[in-house]
Amino acid sequence: MGTTTTTHASTPARAQPALLVAGPIAWARANLFNSVWSSLVTLALAYFLIKYAVSLVDWAFIKSVWTVPTDPATGRLDPTACRQAKADGGACWAVIWDRYRFILFGRYPFDEQWRPAIVIVLFLGLFVVSAMRRFWRKELALIWVATLTAIFVLMWGGVFGMRYVAQDEWGGLPITLILSTFGLACAFPIAVLVALGRRSTDLPAVKLLCVVYIEVIRGVPLISLLFMASVMFPLFMPEGLNPDKLLRAQVAIILFAAVYLAEVIRGGLQALPKGQYEAADALGLSYWRKMGLVILPQALRLVIPPLVNTFIGFFKDTSLVLIIGIFDLLTSGKIAVTEPIWQAFSTEVYIMLGLIYFCFCFSMARYSRGLEREFSKSVRR
Amino acid sequence: MSNGTPPAILLDKVNKWFGQLHVLRDVSLEVATGEKVVVCGPSGSGKSTLIRCINRLETHQEGRIVVDGTELTDDTRALDTIRSEVGMVFQSFNLFPHLTILENCTLAPIWVRKMPKVEAEALAMEFLTRVKIPEQAKKFPGQLSGGQQQRVAIARALCMRPKIMLFDEPTSALDPEMIKEVLDTMIELAESGMTMVCVTHEMGFARQVADRVVFMDQGEVVESGTPHEMFESPQTDRLKLFLSQILRGH
Ligand SMILES: Nc1ncnc2c1ncn2[C@@H]1O[C@H](COP(=O)(O)OP(=O)(O)OP(=O)(O)O)[C@@H](O)[C@H]1O
Ligand SMILES: [Mg+2]
Repeated sequence: MGTTTTTHASTPARAQPALLVAGPIAWARANLFNSVWSSLVTLALAYFLIKYAVSLVDWAFIKSVWTVPTDPATGRLDPTACRQAKADGGACWAVIWDRYRFILFGRYPFDEQWRPAIVIVLFLGLFVVSAMRRFWRKELALIWVATLTAIFVLMWGGVFGMRYVAQDEWGGLPITLILSTFGLACAFPIAVLVALGRRSTDLPAVKLLCVVYIEVIRGVPLISLLFMASVMFPLFMPEGLNPDKLLRAQVAIILFAAVYLAEVIRGGLQALPKGQYEAADALGLSYWRKMGLVILPQALRLVIPPLVNTFIGFFKDTSLVLIIGIFDLLTSGKIAVTEPIWQAFSTEVYIMLGLIYFCFCFSMARYSRGLEREFSKSVRR
Repeated sequence: MSNGTPPAILLDKVNKWFGQLHVLRDVSLEVATGEKVVVCGPSGSGKSTLIRCINRLETHQEGRIVVDGTELTDDTRALDTIRSEVGMVFQSFNLFPHLTILENCTLAPIWVRKMPKVEAEALAMEFLTRVKIPEQAKKFPGQLSGGQQQRVAIARALCMRPKIMLFDEPTSALDPEMIKEVLDTMIELAESGMTMVCVTHEMGFARQVADRVVFMDQGEVVESGTPHEMFESPQTDRLKLFLSQILRGH
């Protein structure tokens, strides 16, 4: 035992200024400067951190250009200031100011873009309501159905005096939210059934089916599944019956996500002690009651972290629909910068896209941590 | 012992294998309504397996098991009926950790017996009072001591108003100071006239409440009789050996 540390630790707290015992200085001393090596590493990291943070701030805020004037001769924006800023090592946020509506809503008719804007708000509201445990009741399903109906009415239009907008004109954030929300909402119940099926002992045929489904889908990349859905699937369909491209991509995403979720859920089912199954059986609960009331509530709580991990992964994976030409957020961002005057400023647009994705994923992560903490309070074993 | 009324539990030449392992060999046992039977025997002798066959947590391969007049077969409908008539208490309590004590107790009455929630809660409180922990109703199992958890497990089983109660070493996972509170609960239950089959090594309990003690070894019922006969004048060498080991252990 090092004598220095023992004397330090055993000194009564009253004898030292509180700051040195529990404050930030004490913390830094204990965690960042507790040995020569650790001090060196701390200093080196601090140097790089400050150096790059400074140049980032410099690029993003100090040398950057936020708006550009309109060229009176052509009536178009004049990006000269941006070119100048770029040459000086600054960002050009004017591109986002000019193109944000295209990035968010894609090719949706300009005058009707209030509709997808409301759709985004509806989605956010739906997420917030679903996240509150207070609303975890049967009525929540109704809220979902109602909101999703409203979302599709708004997107399609053709009623209540709204103009009809064909699905290939949709784009941007609503597409990403539709694909991921529907994808995960539909994949989840399928995943639960598949996980239960895979563990079933008295229905070998069901079990085999589930195993085959899981292994086949898991064995191919999502991209190839999307290609199949968009290119091959129509070939097999009878003439005239051709579900639209978005729906086909949606089905592919659901089938794919369900497999990964099912495996995560199966892990939770396996982790539960056998005694829980037996106690439920011994009380005379039927199979579905046993699963719904005893097993799944516990199994799903156990797998919140990997479950949310999968959710986050799929939220981002929806951007793969780019390759089959569906106009999601990433696609619209990419197309937004193909316009000649903005071609040099794609970095700024991708940063904005990254921030949007980050906000969604980070909220999911934070939320799941809160949920975990809340559950672990009640389930102390 | 047959006095006209059919037995609560009847096992007739029951055989069970786990793969190659022959764990129950021609086990025959009759338990009359209201009778208390204690099953004892060395570890691995098949006591748990026997008791778990009675509510079909394990399936037997040969012989007949009739519980409360219904034979145990693959018919799941009959099985659910039998399970709701037979309460079981496990060594490891097996309370549902995500539900409160009260919810643990009302779950089966509400979902199996279709009892209204208010009524189920009143019933649960009645039994929680009987096992002397009504004040813990709103807590979660993880917040209770082992002895309290086991008493909740007993109350949970009783809430189904079972005709038969099975106990599989209910006190062997408990600290010594908690054993008594659980045994007291069981004694009280026995005095109320419940039909009970208990696997336990608590000889004091056996002496006090058992009508009959059944000694098992290597999957066979070796000897059975009143506690007095069994403990004072054991007939077989195997039982003598077992008793000497038990007594040395205490
Ligand atoms: N699920 C199982 N699969 C295979 N073998 C098993 C299984 N359950 C029990 N056995 C075996 O069956 C035999 C009897 O087990 P059982 O649990 O009935 O014994 P027990 O008398 O209850 O012992 P203990 O006093 O240790 O609880 C043991 O040899 C055990 O290893
Ligand atoms: Mg046992």
